[in-house]
Amino acid sequence: MTYLHNIGAYFIMIKDMFRKPTKWSVMKILIFKDIDDLIIGSLGIVAFISFFVGGVVTIQTALNITNPLIPKYLVGFATRQSVILEFAPTFISIIMAGKVGSFITSSIGTMRVTEQIDALEVMGINAINYLVFPKFIALMLYPFVISIAMFLGILGGMAACIYGGFSTLEDYITGIQMDFIPFHITYAFIKTFVFAFCLATIPSFHGYFMKGGALEVGKASTTSFVWTSVVIILVNYILTQLLLS
Amino acid sequence: MIEVQNLHKSFGEAHILKGISTSFENGKTSLVIGQSGSGKTVFLKCLLGLFHPEEGSISYDGKIYSELNSNERRDLRSEMGMVFQGSALFDSMTILENVMFPLRMFTKQSLSEMQDRADFVLKRVNLADAHNKMPSEASGGMQKRVAIARAIVNKPKYLFCDEPNSGLDPKTAIVIDNLIQEITEEYNITTVINSHDMNSVMEIGEKIVFLKDGIKAWEGSKETIFKTDNEVVTDFVYSSELFKKVRQMYLEERQ
Repeated sequence: MTYLHNIGAYFIMIKDMFRKPTKWSVMKILIFKDIDDLIIGSLGIVAFISFFVGGVVTIQTALNITNPLIPKYLVGFATRQSVILEFAPTFISIIMAGKVGSFITSSIGTMRVTEQIDALEVMGINAINYLVFPKFIALMLYPFVISIAMFLGILGGMAACIYGGFSTLEDYITGIQMDFIPFHITYAFIKTFVFAFCLATIPSFHGYFMKGGALEVGKASTTSFVWTSVVIILVNYILTQLLLS
Repeated sequence: MIEVQNLHKSFGEAHILKGISTSFENGKTSLVIGQSGSGKTVFLKCLLGLFHPEEGSISYDGKIYSELNSNERRDLRSEMGMVFQGSALFDSMTILENVMFPLRMFTKQSLSEMQDRADFVLKRVNLADAHNKMPSEASGGMQKRVAIARAIVNKPKYLFCDEPNSGLDPKTAIVIDNLIQEITEEYNITTVINSHDMNSVMEIGEKIVFLKDGIKAWEGSKETIFKTDNEVVTDFVYSSELFKKVRQMYLEERQ
């Protein structure tokens, strides 16, 4: 029953997010602040992880291709496919569920604990619109982060491939250009938009409806990470089945 | 004027407010007192519209809250100011931005007009030089004064304070109490304060409502509370040694 209640409360929160909008002059500032916190603030970690995981994917692929009949350019092909289809959109989103999700839950949860949300409500402000909507809009720029992750993943793969001596630059470039299906990019960005929605709303839900004190803020952040990851994995499966099969 | 009629509020099995009726006049400082768990905060949150009572009505200058549509409720709430127990200042904003916040949300004033108004109320609460501080850099007393400034900046008709001097030293507590009373008289606001501090009662209790287990056990003023024979009230009022002695002296005088 609790799960059903929470699912219902989540969808009511989504509806309330679009009701009684906050004044645009105030909302504009909140959106820019959230873009800075959630998008710009995540670029460093995303770039670092993408570059090195791209490298690791390349090394592992190269080391597993032991048959001399398999062409070396397959290393580049496998890296491109892994990075674009799964690593950049899904793996990075799970990391973002930890980084951005915990930040959202703890910041909104702290506002709940310290009665700042009550203060907004007393003033007649739609606190859900004020707090969640700017995060939702800011995270609509999330595909920009994922594009960078795709680029750096493939670049990291290239660096690992060349400096590790697994294949030549020409082979790698041939591999990443081979049998390219543009719809895979569309598929990756459709997933990214859905994940961005989950990243904005699920942690906000856990922060907004938390009860208790500082300890519960920590617990809510953990729960939010778990549920955001679970939903991302499930949605990933459903979208892959719908869009690629 | 705020009029409360037969207010009932429950949370699950727990019946917190059991038919409270009272009224709070304009330009007067009214105190709701009682022990922890007596239902004071729930009562205040019902007055603020944060909790919806199952039974009873609350009217603000004749407008019954439960009969208002969402836009009318929003307009009414913009006429309310609230000072929370923990101040509830927005951490991400400076003190000046905190005070300007209600103006940004509900008025079409220019930035300079908003700054002038915020300057004026900050001076009123003796915080003229704290504009650019963050709330975390301010002391407890300063935070309370910023909260009062934020509550009155948009010229509210109703001011609610939840234990405004909790956690403050006695001297600062008196400053805060007197500030609230002065502002109430100056702007003719209807002020309701939740407290369990008997010093506040002695300082500013023009009207006092005493709650016990969700029931209004007594109603009167600071002049009458020390003379009442209501046992529930005397138990609470004379729980400290200082007030016991005051009571003793009063009884001796009466004999």
